[in-house]
Amino acid sequence: MPLAVVLTAGLLALSLSVGVYDITDGEDGWAMFGITRVPRTISLVLAGAAMSMCGLVMQLLTQNRFVEPTTTGTTEWAGLGLLLVFILVPGASLLTKMAGAVVMAFIGTMVFFAFLRRVSLKSSLIVPIVGIMIGAVVGAVSTYLALATDMLQQMGIWFAGSFTSVVRGRYEMLWIVLVVTLLVFLLADRLTVAGLGKDVATNVGLDYDRVILLGVAMVAVATGVVTVVIGSLPFLGLIVPNVVSLLRGDNLRSNLPWVCLLGVWVVTVCDIIGRTIIMPFEVPVSLILGVLGAVFFIALLVIRQRRA
Amino acid sequence: MPETRTAATDAPQVSGHTPGPGERRTGPFVRGRDRLRYALVMALLVLLALGFTAGILAYDNPMPVGTDGFWRIAELRATSIAVILVVAFCHAFATVSFQTATSNRIITPSIMGFEALYVVVQTGAVFFLGASGVAAVTGTAQFLLQAGLMVVVATILYGWLLSGRFGSIHIMLLVGVILGGGLGSLSTFMQRLLTPSEFDILTARLFGNIGNADAAYLPYAVPIALAAGGALWWRARRLDVLALGRDATTNLGLNHRREVIVVLVLVSVLMAMTTSLVGPMTFLGFLVAMLAYQFADTYDHRLLLPMAFLLGYVVLSGAYFVLRHVFYAQGMVTIIIELVGGLTFLVYIIRKGRL
Repeated sequence: MPLAVVLTAGLLALSLSVGVYDITDGEDGWAMFGITRVPRTISLVLAGAAMSMCGLVMQLLTQNRFVEPTTTGTTEWAGLGLLLVFILVPGASLLTKMAGAVVMAFIGTMVFFAFLRRVSLKSSLIVPIVGIMIGAVVGAVSTYLALATDMLQQMGIWFAGSFTSVVRGRYEMLWIVLVVTLLVFLLADRLTVAGLGKDVATNVGLDYDRVILLGVAMVAVATGVVTVVIGSLPFLGLIVPNVVSLLRGDNLRSNLPWVCLLGVWVVTVCDIIGRTIIMPFEVPVSLILGVLGAVFFIALLVIRQRRA
Repeated sequence: MPETRTAATDAPQVSGHTPGPGERRTGPFVRGRDRLRYALVMALLVLLALGFTAGILAYDNPMPVGTDGFWRIAELRATSIAVILVVAFCHAFATVSFQTATSNRIITPSIMGFEALYVVVQTGAVFFLGASGVAAVTGTAQFLLQAGLMVVVATILYGWLLSGRFGSIHIMLLVGVILGGGLGSLSTFMQRLLTPSEFDILTARLFGNIGNADAAYLPYAVPIALAAGGALWWRARRLDVLALGRDATTNLGLNHRREVIVVLVLVSVLMAMTTSLVGPMTFLGFLVAMLAYQFADTYDHRLLLPMAFLLGYVVLSGAYFVLRHVFYAQGMVTIIIELVGGLTFLVYIIRKGRL
């Protein structure tokens, strides 16, 4: 653990030191440092930890290792909510946009859970397929709306997960996801019990439906907020909890800090790659995550298939 | 393995004998009623297709029908019709053959990421050839070269994926879907690293819709698509056999693996052609193939393929006609089809999930 803390600190310092603007250039540089570098690194930490936690929570609640906001369509629903706010309330405040995204993310995740209850699950693999397809359909709705209202380009920019636009005054909403992360720590035991299935959970005296609702609400809040401020971070919630449980087994309570930390590491490293690879320009972090995530996902499938 | 054909197996639907109602017979249709239904559906589809074609050509055409000016405008619109024809043809033939070769009716080339692969190959060509390659990429020889590269990669990749290594359809589908998404990210990633001028050339090639598809590709896409589709048509009897599954195919004397790979190659050629014209369309093939199975209700690919093609044409041209000329929203054609097709796919999978 101490080693991990050192590693985290090192990565964050590296993240702070990367950039085009020369921060050693007197007062001006240090002002820039405070305006862009520090907010960016803070949002990397917050978004990375929160989205990894979301993946973990959803995997617990659905009892399925392949589920996370990208593969359940939650991100697409949040995007749709954001777009609806854009269309209905032109010039809406950041808070209104966020509310729209969170509400739609919640509705969407509930729709997904409703789907799951109706399908008798012969194969755990059908769950992510259904989720991805719901996401594709919702995405088509969003594209349709965006085209009809001439927002396509704007939506593309909003949607590509990137920390480029994170500056002081534009990221503070992200602190909300810290609450979600803390809540996951507090509710860890209940979520674990809920993850054993409805019958077991009810038997040991847990209000199963309420825990599910709470879990979905937390995921919706985190996904909604991150989508509005950063954009989508594909596969993050899938990679991190799976790597942690591959390395450390399935003890949720002791895994939680590791999930947080690994989430921060992955996002920070991807962000640093994105910032340096075509300096002075940037590659959105979502693209790097998308490529790495897909490779990891398929490797995971192949490994599990070999073992089975 | 020379194909033996007799008049009886070649074209059963035009043979002179008409069985009475309820009489059982062998051949693509069990009862005479089924054959009648097939003929009726086909006739209806042909009528619809002609109607929409005429609609696209003539509706809201400011010139009176038959004059020189009318034909001049109609000629411009004929390009759209040619594009729709190619797209419907490619998606219908590719999807039906692909579903037969993989013996399941859920996965389609698009869902498995064939188009994303094409986009990656295109982007990769521009990316790795660099500035000097940009000029070359616009040439036709390079277009063919890239399509060829895509065929090779698709055959290796999907041949491996579909060779039964993974055992379950679900895992195959999942790998395909994720692969498609990952390849999409990869090409967007490479596009970000391109210089703006390279990027412009690439965007012009990759993102189109029916309205502004590049007509310059038609002279190449049409013959290639026809050749690949014709090859599938010629092998339709083997597809009928492949549909029986691996064991039965081997028993009947066909090399299953070889047949599947040949079909995959042809499918990837078709997908390369349609993607180069209008870009990716995920659910069109699924929609069309599923409707064709429902309406045709036969195993015979010589009957399935044309119906899927006609269905595709009717769906595309109908959507195009209504949206362009009635609602003035031609850019939405593909999106609406994605929406309808995606919903159908979901409903289908939910119903299948209950089985």
